[in-house]
Amino acid sequence: MGAESSLRTRFERGLGAPICLTWELTYACNLACTHCLSSSGRRDPRELDTAEALALVDEIAAMQIFYINVGGGEPMMREDFFTIVEHAVARNVGVKFSTNGTRLDAAAARRLAATDYLDVQISLDGIDAATNDAIRGAGSYARARRAMDNLKDAGFGPFKISVVMTRHNVDQLNDYEALAAHYGAQLRLTRLRPSGRGADVWDELRPRAAQNRDLYHWLRARPHVLTGDSFFHLSALGDPLEGLNLCGAGRVVCLIDPVGDVYACPFVIHDQFRAGNVRDAGFASVWRESELFRSLRELGSAGACTSCGSFDACRGGCMAAKFFTGLELSDPDPECVFGHGEDALRSARERPAPTPDHSRRVPLSLSSRR
Amino acid sequence: MTLLAGADLSRAWALSDRVSLREESFGALVYHHDTRRLVFLKSPTLVDLVRRLDGYDNALAAIDDVIEEAARPRYQRALRDLIDSGVLDGR
Ligand code: SF4
Ligand code: SF4
Repeated sequence: MGAESSLRTRFERGLGAPICLTWELTYACNLACTHCLSSSGRRDPRELDTAEALALVDEIAAMQIFYINVGGGEPMMREDFFTIVEHAVARNVGVKFSTNGTRLDAAAARRLAATDYLDVQISLDGIDAATNDAIRGAGSYARARRAMDNLKDAGFGPFKISVVMTRHNVDQLNDYEALAAHYGAQLRLTRLRPSGRGADVWDELRPRAAQNRDLYHWLRARPHVLTGDSFFHLSALGDPLEGLNLCGAGRVVCLIDPVGDVYACPFVIHDQFRAGNVRDAGFASVWRESELFRSLRELGSAGACTSCGSFDACRGGCMAAKFFTGLELSDPDPECVFGHGEDALRSARERPAPTPDHSRRVPLSLSSRR
Repeated sequence: MTLLAGADLSRAWALSDRVSLREESFGALVYHHDTRRLVFLKSPTLVDLVRRLDGYDNALAAIDDVIEEAARPRYQRALRDLIDSGVLDGR
């Protein structure tokens, strides 16, 4: 344990380059999920163009970042999607890409299957159309399933099924496991955070306390299920879950958004957590020199969590969840397993408004959902 | 955990060409492109040892040259773990 915790301290003080870099290629999306963490919808006209995107890949390769998580918006909305991905792979930078699957037709599936160092995850937030489409929009379940069928038919191998846990799907976990087995896929579960449009639905969709406990035990019994370290706040319930069990924001994690802005993590797209822009002096200088990242790497005070016996496991939880629910960063996580977050929420300040917001101003009609 | 004695360190081993290694202040991060697993080399000495394996036909001899006596069993274990996770390949 000694060696592990000193390693964790090193991580908290930051690394020469991120371990987990997410790059959202576009804010454009043909769906309008109610919980979208990046408030996506409309393409931003300032989006990095192809030449800038390829130069950024070169810088990422030079920094020896092993792989990037590519998302959006819907990354396949970009015409140059395959150009960027194939450039990364050719530079030995692995790509893990998240998609809603709507554009993953048979031809795209074959092209993805022919590319090394590429992982695909398809979002499915309910095990049936009713549960999923209530969040991701009418018809989105059928299209995600078709994308999975296409990958299977193309012989892609083990893709990932990515699920944001809500109070409506925690009880479907065993069915998800069966679905993953059907496709030879891996399950990846992540936490619903009050980020982006997620702020609007967090109160009504977040799992109940008892469901979070069930989820913890379910995950403890299945260390092969991926979580991207999402649920370390639940590690306060007992033995730790798989992962580094720390808030990596600005320390081992960061986000590059479609216009090149660098944020501390994908769940804190807000001016307060913007560290700089890759167009100014490149990504490496933002990562190494930004004031914001330096301050995140100083070990903050444990605040109200100081006296908690589980602090070593939970570290006070998720910064994004606190920030967007109006808590102080030294407060307990709003979903603290001992209920201290609920107390803090009662005296929270007003919730910060999301900035920027690329949601569509006009609701999507079905015919425009292409 | 395997019940076997573990990999034979008297052979020649070297960093696999399927991994990338990035040095960090604590040691190094190693990423295996096939298994997609991230492995931590938790000291600069271990990084140094791993890099120098290339020049030896016998990994035990490399350990004897690079590591002080009292710490050798620990580094033998560390190398066996790296062999098990595919970070080191036989040459
Ligand atoms: S009091 Fe703080 S450290 Fe303890 S479980 Fe709650 S959020 Fe985690
Ligand atoms: S802010 Fe939350 S989501 Fe972001 S790295 Fe920290 S714990 Fe993870």
